[in-house]
Amino acid sequence: MKQWATRLIQNEQAGLLLALVALCVILSLLSPVFFTAINIKNVLRDAALVAIAGIGMVMVILLGEIDLSVGSTQAVAGIIAVVVLNAYDSVMLALGAALVAGAFVGLINGLLITRAHINSLIATLGMMAILRGSAMVSTGAVSLQGTVDSFVDVGTGHWGPLPIPVVIAAVLLGLFLYVLHYTTFGRYIYAIGGNPQAARLSGLPVEGTRIAVFVLAGALAALSAFILASRLNSGQPNAGLGFELQVIAAVILGGISLTGGVGTLAGALIGILMLTVLSNGLVLLNVSSFYHDIARGFVIILAVYLDTRRKNSLVRRMVSGAR
Amino acid sequence: MTSPLIALRGVHKRFPGVHALRDVDFEIRSGEVHGLVGENGAGKSTLIKIIAGAYRLDEGSLQVAGQAVHFTHPRQAQDAGLVVVYQELELVSSLSVAENIFFGRLPNRNGHVQWQRLYAEAKSLLQQVGLDVDPRTKVGFLGVGAQQLVEIARALSQRAQLIVMDEPTSALSPQEIELLLGLVQGLRARGVAVLYVSHKLEEVLEISDRVTVLRDGVNVACEMASALDEKRLISLMVGRELGEGIAHVKRETGGWALEVDSLSTDAVREISFGVRSGEIVGFSGLMGAGRTELANALIGADRRLGGTVKIGGRLLPPDSPLAARRLGLGLVPEDRREQGIFPRRSVRDNASIAALDSLSRWGRVLLGREQVKVDELVGRLRVRTPNTQVPIAHLSGGNQQKVLLSRWLLVEQLQVLLVDEPTRGIDVGAKAEIYRVLGELAQSGLAIVVFSSEMEEVLGLSDRIYVLCAGRISAEYDRDTATPEALLTSALPG
Repeated sequence: MKQWATRLIQNEQAGLLLALVALCVILSLLSPVFFTAINIKNVLRDAALVAIAGIGMVMVILLGEIDLSVGSTQAVAGIIAVVVLNAYDSVMLALGAALVAGAFVGLINGLLITRAHINSLIATLGMMAILRGSAMVSTGAVSLQGTVDSFVDVGTGHWGPLPIPVVIAAVLLGLFLYVLHYTTFGRYIYAIGGNPQAARLSGLPVEGTRIAVFVLAGALAALSAFILASRLNSGQPNAGLGFELQVIAAVILGGISLTGGVGTLAGALIGILMLTVLSNGLVLLNVSSFYHDIARGFVIILAVYLDTRRKNSLVRRMVSGAR
Repeated sequence: MTSPLIALRGVHKRFPGVHALRDVDFEIRSGEVHGLVGENGAGKSTLIKIIAGAYRLDEGSLQVAGQAVHFTHPRQAQDAGLVVVYQELELVSSLSVAENIFFGRLPNRNGHVQWQRLYAEAKSLLQQVGLDVDPRTKVGFLGVGAQQLVEIARALSQRAQLIVMDEPTSALSPQEIELLLGLVQGLRARGVAVLYVSHKLEEVLEISDRVTVLRDGVNVACEMASALDEKRLISLMVGRELGEGIAHVKRETGGWALEVDSLSTDAVREISFGVRSGEIVGFSGLMGAGRTELANALIGADRRLGGTVKIGGRLLPPDSPLAARRLGLGLVPEDRREQGIFPRRSVRDNASIAALDSLSRWGRVLLGREQVKVDELVGRLRVRTPNTQVPIAHLSGGNQQKVLLSRWLLVEQLQVLLVDEPTRGIDVGAKAEIYRVLGELAQSGLAIVVFSSEMEEVLGLSDRIYVLCAGRISAEYDRDTATPEALLTSALPG
């Protein structure tokens, strides 16, 4: 029992989970609206968008890389989805087009990083600007309205009691939990992120894995874009502005280490819920949305600080263990 | 009689698993050129670093001009006039010659650099070392030889009493070497002592007044250079007993498992050799001779510039460790922590990572089969670990090494295993076990190539031995003809 208790305290995920519960309790006390079915559904719907793109970001950061282009991908993929939707009257075709566009962006990112040897921070930063600019140019900076009624069902509809985006996110989370822990692909991701040099010398498919992860990250970002566009029934050139920071902050808060190879998808999910609840709470408490950015900035710095501290304590443990 | 410039008495220095210096007495007189020679790992670098204040001694004393000193920082040694010019030059290539000479000590008034004075003083120092360049030149534009002279000018600017030169001529052309040796003579004439550390025995004998030989951390000889010759030096440097616990058995060898034809990279040139299955081939050579570079060249981690590599008769495409693994060529690298282990992953994950192709179906890892295979090898290699789920970083170096061997042994198609420094940083007991395992693997038909700086390890393990010198194979020996003297003679640069 005692051992169980100390393990719980040492386990960062458990700590984060406790913090999440505490935050929920505080918000329920401060706002009568927080703990209502409608609000909880809203929180989950928001979290689902972050989670879907977040799965990709988790894999990217586990590799020791970063992807700053997910926010702009949201804009571009959303616009492409609505254009295709309006042209062919097909929701499925729109979804397919968005996914292909996202995967293509990821492929370019992956090739820039593995073949042109450009640092992922810079490659995806450039991609972020290019995509945002393209979104603005192609639409003349005005939003593009969807003309097919059934389109909005994806973002706003329900399967049983659950919003469709939440179901999609849950299915994908389950799928990728499996992928990361029980497939060769998942093992390679952790290995490459944990020690790229050892991975290369061991003959692991380093480049292929990197490219595949960026392609998946792009496609997942596009899927979240599709859901967002459906919810708004429009493709918006300024959709997903700052979304990349939201996603990165959430998964780092959830224990995905920027050094690569460390963290779990389950932990990242807690981080995502935590940040979404925080934003939701700020809205409920009538805090101006400008303060949300400030809060998020603080959370990013705090999350990285915690990550650095965890790493240092691990190094200490390893050094003292070796003596 | 005046006291010597430097005197070490009864000095011991230990590192985890290594007794680097044992009861060493050593002295350098003012204005003498003192040669220091010894094999890899004999303790030369440790001795230099103690004099330079980079290491503290565990036991014994260090005196400078008769005064006991306790350096805790290299700066203190420099202030006492002891300056080291390291093998890797420590100049800032984007700064001027003058700025480098007075790096961190620029002449200034209230923080404003006095450029005129800087250049004038640099000019006079450069004249003293015989280097005719403008002190405003960026160091990056100078050749290695000239940079070395800038380092020496810097040492002079610190009013050095002793200049330690670590392999000063390894990157120099013959003319530059002549210049440098002339400069050393000049320093001696001015009363500056020089500790000349080099593998080039001919040079050492030519330039030195006295020569000290280190072997296994022990000062085995300090004699007048005029009383020594190269042969005598070599026999002083080796003369070690063969490593314990290497029992060599005669093995059946099969066909060629590895065939290498004039392989070249940036670091190795025109390497040709072959290894039969069931054979252990050793590569010996001094620090920087290209052992690790050859291992990296073979698996395709370094860019191949020419030549071919065949595994079991099949051509290996260049620059792809992935292709090497698929054809059955594996490498256990030199630097376990940086290049071998995935520190946060479990023993199981570390062992199976290169063999997942055969331990999975449709990309899904067959956990049961994986566990059985890993358990089997962990048992066979006697890896000491509570279970296979603990992070590999928790294991000792020897057990980590066994896990890395397992990583390759799980690869079904493995034909050739390269092992770079198989026992670096491993304690004696675990060493013997690694040797036993390598012997058994060869027995079972694997072709093994061992790259090692420890001569007795190579001699004890190998059926055949190649010696590397400056990136080329300089000699080949059979087990019967190989002796420590012969290996060292072939390893020393001509």
